[in-house]
Amino acid sequence: MLKLERRKEPSKFMLYVTPFVAVVLTMLAGLLLFLLLGKAPVQAITLIYFTPLTSIFSLTELAVKATPLILIAIGLSFGFRAGIWNIGAEGQFIMGAVCGGAVALALYEVQGIWVLPLMCVAGIIGGMLWAAIPAYLRIRFNANEILVSLMLVYVATLLLSILVHGVLRDPDGHNFPESRLFHDSATLPILIENTRAHLGIIVTLVVVVIAWVFVQRHIIGFQIKALGDAPRAAKFAGFSENRIIWLCFLTSGALAGLAGLFEAAGPVGQLVPALPVGYGFTAIIVAFLGRLNPIGIFLGGLLMALTYIGGEGAQIAMSLPSATTSVFQGMLLFFLLATDILINFRFRWISKKPDSLEPAPVSLQQAE
Amino acid sequence: MKRLFGMIWVLGALALLAAPLVSTPAYAQKTKVGFVYVGPIGDHGWSYQHHQGLLELKKAFGDKVETTHVENVSEGPDAERVIQQLAQAGHNIIFTTSFGYMNPTLKVAKRFPNVKFEHSTGFKRSKNVSTYNIRFYEGRYVAGIVAGKMSKSNTIGYIASFPIPEVVMGINAAYLGAKSVNPDVKFKIVWVSTWFDPGKEADAAKALSDQGADVLFQHTDSPAAMKLAEQKNISAIGQASDMKAFGPNAQLTALVNNWGPYYVSRVKAAMDGSWKSTDTWGGIGQNMLNIAAWGSKVPADVAKLAEKARDDIASGKLHPFTGPLKKQDGSDFLKAGEVISDKDLSGMNFYVQGIDGKLPK
Amino acid sequence: MDLFVNILLGISIAATPLVFAAIGELVVEKSGVLNLGVEGMMIIGAISGFAVTIETGSFILGILASIVAGALMAFLFGVLTQSLLANQVATGLALTMFGLGLAALIGQDYSGKSTGDFPKLDIPFISDLPIVGPLIFGQDYLLYLSIILVVAVIWFFNKTRAGLIIRAIGENHDAAHTIGYPVVLYRYYALLFGGACAGLGGAYLSLVQTPIWVENMTAGRGWIALALVVFAAWRPGRALLGAYLFGGITILQLHSQGFGINIEPQILAMLPYLATIVVLVLISRDKTKVRLNAPASLAKSFYAST
Repeated sequence: MLKLERRKEPSKFMLYVTPFVAVVLTMLAGLLLFLLLGKAPVQAITLIYFTPLTSIFSLTELAVKATPLILIAIGLSFGFRAGIWNIGAEGQFIMGAVCGGAVALALYEVQGIWVLPLMCVAGIIGGMLWAAIPAYLRIRFNANEILVSLMLVYVATLLLSILVHGVLRDPDGHNFPESRLFHDSATLPILIENTRAHLGIIVTLVVVVIAWVFVQRHIIGFQIKALGDAPRAAKFAGFSENRIIWLCFLTSGALAGLAGLFEAAGPVGQLVPALPVGYGFTAIIVAFLGRLNPIGIFLGGLLMALTYIGGEGAQIAMSLPSATTSVFQGMLLFFLLATDILINFRFRWISKKPDSLEPAPVSLQQAE
Repeated sequence: MKRLFGMIWVLGALALLAAPLVSTPAYAQKTKVGFVYVGPIGDHGWSYQHHQGLLELKKAFGDKVETTHVENVSEGPDAERVIQQLAQAGHNIIFTTSFGYMNPTLKVAKRFPNVKFEHSTGFKRSKNVSTYNIRFYEGRYVAGIVAGKMSKSNTIGYIASFPIPEVVMGINAAYLGAKSVNPDVKFKIVWVSTWFDPGKEADAAKALSDQGADVLFQHTDSPAAMKLAEQKNISAIGQASDMKAFGPNAQLTALVNNWGPYYVSRVKAAMDGSWKSTDTWGGIGQNMLNIAAWGSKVPADVAKLAEKARDDIASGKLHPFTGPLKKQDGSDFLKAGEVISDKDLSGMNFYVQGIDGKLPK
Repeated sequence: MDLFVNILLGISIAATPLVFAAIGELVVEKSGVLNLGVEGMMIIGAISGFAVTIETGSFILGILASIVAGALMAFLFGVLTQSLLANQVATGLALTMFGLGLAALIGQDYSGKSTGDFPKLDIPFISDLPIVGPLIFGQDYLLYLSIILVVAVIWFFNKTRAGLIIRAIGENHDAAHTIGYPVVLYRYYALLFGGACAGLGGAYLSLVQTPIWVENMTAGRGWIALALVVFAAWRPGRALLGAYLFGGITILQLHSQGFGINIEPQILAMLPYLATIVVLVLISRDKTKVRLNAPASLAKSFYAST
């Protein structure tokens, strides 16, 4: 029979090869899908995977789309390593945009180089405050953070709606629910003219590098990891679980808030009810695609963004229904997740029951 | 479903593999028309009707146009990219069909001065951006007359989405229509804070019916309320498209958005070079809003009354918002004989006198 | 009085899809698996049930199709997370994305159609009694099934050997494995049950609550079901209660507007979510109690080297 066998140590080869295997498998499955839909499969695959890489405009759009995904996913990865599940980054994203955007609107009459930094700070604080709620409730009342953070997404979405229907509404906007357009010193500088590539992309790159250094070198990185792998052992080693929870939530909240602000002050340029488009959720997938590693997340974010932009391109060029994009993305994720197993395991044919006397694995939790 | 599982199909379609990677026949003569939809075509409401307009366009021009549509485009950060992609792909005229596309449309239009843009329901224009909308309130007034006459409980339920001027003027117009034929009529308004959630729309419809409403209006996008009205054996007014399939007995009439004629005329203008940036706000008279055939329940005298209002509105003889009218708080709104200006109408943020409940902000 | 009965009827209809999805997920989580793909399984159940009912004209076949389709989705999740040890959180999210897309693709040919009324229990005379008639003896059949399912799950966990095994596996899969229980197999069973239930919940939406098909018609109910499981502290009875509470708040906020109570509608719309948080805090305060019910192995992959 076919049996999984744990490798002695993770395969470096597989670590790098599996993403490509997954992409190739998705292409093959995609061919089948497009055949079933009666659409030219090779053309569709080309449009989704390659065409976006062939023009400056779509490359910049790729970066614009990937920026929030990567920023949020980096923040989430710390918590996920520690087994702390912040599923509500979407809400923190919204609150970041709301707080930062409110600053921009309050300073509507004011121009100045300090406006944008102030907005960033407000956005970060907004995200952190929203993330602090599940953290506090988890620590103080033991309330499950997955659900509290998730419920708060709905609350944040409605809060944004209340605000753009109310106090933040454009006074000259015929009572339509959207804010004024931010003025120039409240919008992110554009890197390449006539595109939407904004300063946030650079900031994101810096965050990726910092996170990478942090995880590689810094003791907190180790603590976080230890907590996730063996919470009680970590406790004995003197790490404070509460401290880690705070740290993880505030970090992910801050980065999600920043991402939200970048979205409002960058590609959108105002507060609108439709600002959140699910980046907070997609970023969770990106975090796992990148195996919670900052560099991996960077690549995973780009890949995810590619399928979105390619999907739109395929819709335009071939009138594929938009649902195809989600099906296609779903398949890509399935294959990526499925092939992950090859890193830590290998398949072997075993003709008869192995007679090894190796004891069953006992998790650390039990051991203590 | 059938298609998905037809294996023969697969084999047949394998031939498509041989299709060239990118087909680039010369379309020199063709006008390329792009559409951006906020919902899926299958929403059977707002986006569905725009798509009907696209189909009409194809029928009118045949080979002379090439149409592209992109559905499910969120009004957030993605809109600008999609519009730009359409412009880059060589579309000559692009229709962006939701309010939230206003600023993205303008931004892209600036970069593509030779492409013509048409934004639906917005108010900002530029040299190559037109705006267009339908005077939905005209139809709501007519439907209000039918509802006011047909209601036995004198209670009309209204499922509203968000308190924007478009929705508020719709409520006011429906109320004024109903009031004009039934002085005792009361409106019960439920705000569901969503454009599209069939479950919640059905729940709201149910709540309204439980509270005694026997005619339902909706300003949300799914046919759920109509279906519920059918089940509850009460009546409803269809929204955006003819919803008779969902409420063969329940539907008194439906307000059908008819974008086709506008699209045909604008594309024609783009073809012959007469296209100019304009603001179009057409209603029944311009054939942009159709009143669907009366339901079987509607008696002839009621139909006659409504038809007269419909024809008077179409000919300009009647405007639903004609004074004397007071606002909900009793303050003056329109003097006797005064007709509301389009500007006041498009920013309407108060109920007229007689509607109970507070208008949310 | 009629209004009172009608409000209760409305609540039960709003709650039932949540009951199905939550009770299924509860069993899954009890076995130590976290499947965040409930929304995806529900929507697939909704379209399958609807499409088959339209094609065959039979509600029974439609319901069966939704069960099978939901279970198939869960099977996919099982292959990835149980056999290939993929991360459960990410797989669940991917499942939702995939399900929403696939349902929309399948559903292209079905928008604009509608089924007839779903059959209701109708006992002569008894169903016509005031109050109890419509509430207890006059609901649709699926609603009764949802209640029966909850009772069955309570019985299953407390009285059957398989129920005990699943609880043991959820508590500590390594220990359960050492004793000789087939961890992965039982988790597959639990997942298939969960998928079937989610499919049923979806079918309830597209066949009973709003008998039409529109894209994204689950509109986040799968997520609510997930919240209900934790809200219920993994107790089936409490999940039922939670679903009705949630349905109650949803319906009452709509009614309160009809009565002219003036609160911002968005704040009313927030209420169910805020209430969930509050209740969550209230029931989680006692750590020992939660630990008693929460499956300790939740969301952890299991790999047996022997």
